[in-house]
Amino acid sequence: MAHEHVSNTKRIWLVFAILSVVTIVEVAFGIFKPAILHDTLFLQMNLLNWLFITLTIYKAYYIVWAFMHLEGEKSNLRWSIVAPLVFLIIYLVFILLVEGNYIFDVFKSSQIKWNF
Amino acid sequence: MGATVTTANSEGKTWGGGNEPMGINYGKMMMWFFIVSDALTFSGFLAAYGFSRYKFIETWPLADEVFNHFPFMHGVNAPMYYVALMTFILIFSSVTMVLAVDAGHQMKKQKVAIYMFLTIIGGGIFLGSQAWEWKNFIKGEYGAIETKGGSILQFVNAKGERVKLEDFAATLHEDREQLTRNKGVWFSSESSLPRYSVNEVVEGFKAHPDLLVRTEIIYHPTQANLKDTRLHPELNKSTHKHKTILTREESIKRLADAHYVVEGANLIRNEYGQKLFANFFFFITGFHGFHVFTGVLINVLIFLNVVLGTYEKRRSYEMVEKVGLYWHFVDLVWVFVFTFFYLV
Repeated sequence: MAHEHVSNTKRIWLVFAILSVVTIVEVAFGIFKPAILHDTLFLQMNLLNWLFITLTIYKAYYIVWAFMHLEGEKSNLRWSIVAPLVFLIIYLVFILLVEGNYIFDVFKSSQIKWNF
Repeated sequence: MGATVTTANSEGKTWGGGNEPMGINYGKMMMWFFIVSDALTFSGFLAAYGFSRYKFIETWPLADEVFNHFPFMHGVNAPMYYVALMTFILIFSSVTMVLAVDAGHQMKKQKVAIYMFLTIIGGGIFLGSQAWEWKNFIKGEYGAIETKGGSILQFVNAKGERVKLEDFAATLHEDREQLTRNKGVWFSSESSLPRYSVNEVVEGFKAHPDLLVRTEIIYHPTQANLKDTRLHPELNKSTHKHKTILTREESIKRLADAHYVVEGANLIRNEYGQKLFANFFFFITGFHGFHVFTGVLINVLIFLNVVLGTYEKRRSYEMVEKVGLYWHFVDLVWVFVFTFFYLV
């Protein structure tokens, strides 16, 4: 391994604090569900869910970058890990959610009564 | 040493092995690529979950009503606190893992062992918590009725609070015996029967005039819904996301379609609502739990090696780093599972 190994206990505890605070914030929002966020839709999803997903990705970033120490690796390794994941996941989720939403509409506007 | 840690000078032998274009050796790189493929597997599951949830967006169970237990606080509605605690435990075990890796870099055997041990304990607590969560989910709390169309009807009182089947079901002395393989033909059997028959629930419902039926459809205050006389005029007013409550007359009409009593959850039906919900819950949290379980096993192996001084002899604690990557990955997946099953 090429990189220097200095003890970075301080950073570990800092990241732990960030992850804990973000989790507590998420849970607080999940329990109180502020009406403004909960009732406002953006791209067919309410703002509260957007907030949860953003915070989750924020946590994921810290886990991968600090705990899994991707921040200290070479950039070609970083890209070969992150790029396929980001591309494939966005692609898959986009296709499946649009399709799921479409099927929901078909069920809802069809002449067949399916939920009784 | 040579088998696990590559130290060869790469200069001048690009094709001779020992060259590290990505700056890490073979073992660690393969762990990374395994993690990439495993991450894609999990995203496939979660995306499929998202697909089904969008497909049944109006009838999907509300997580707050399903996961609301906390140990030693029976009957208290405590949504999310317990999963939040589980998340915290897993994050903390990730911290001890990264501290073990850090101690390994400084070749402090004692410290590595202690932190590895704490990580194993954290993983164990998490697994136990998940088993408890599953137990509550499988056992259920209130019970419900499945209609001929396959949708779930739950019961509430005049205030809109959930009511358990055992609190109102009539006793009719018409118990049916469970079909097991030693009765009837050898290849046919059925899973354990619910404690009440459909008739007992329906009769009990009719005998308690303040009970109402709650459907699995999430209420939206649209014009059509506001005018609909079949929906309860007061109980649906709450601005909180909730399921639609019917009037007494409509409730009795709906119960005419009653077909099956559902208590708790299994892979076929669950009392919480949409059937796929339980399947995805079992499958995704189960697959994650399996990862935690194997992670704990691997951690135990590495811990033993640390204690035995294997890595001390090797003059490198890189194996701790490799299992560390796996352990953090398990934590990473949980962060997403937590969001999509409990928060969103």
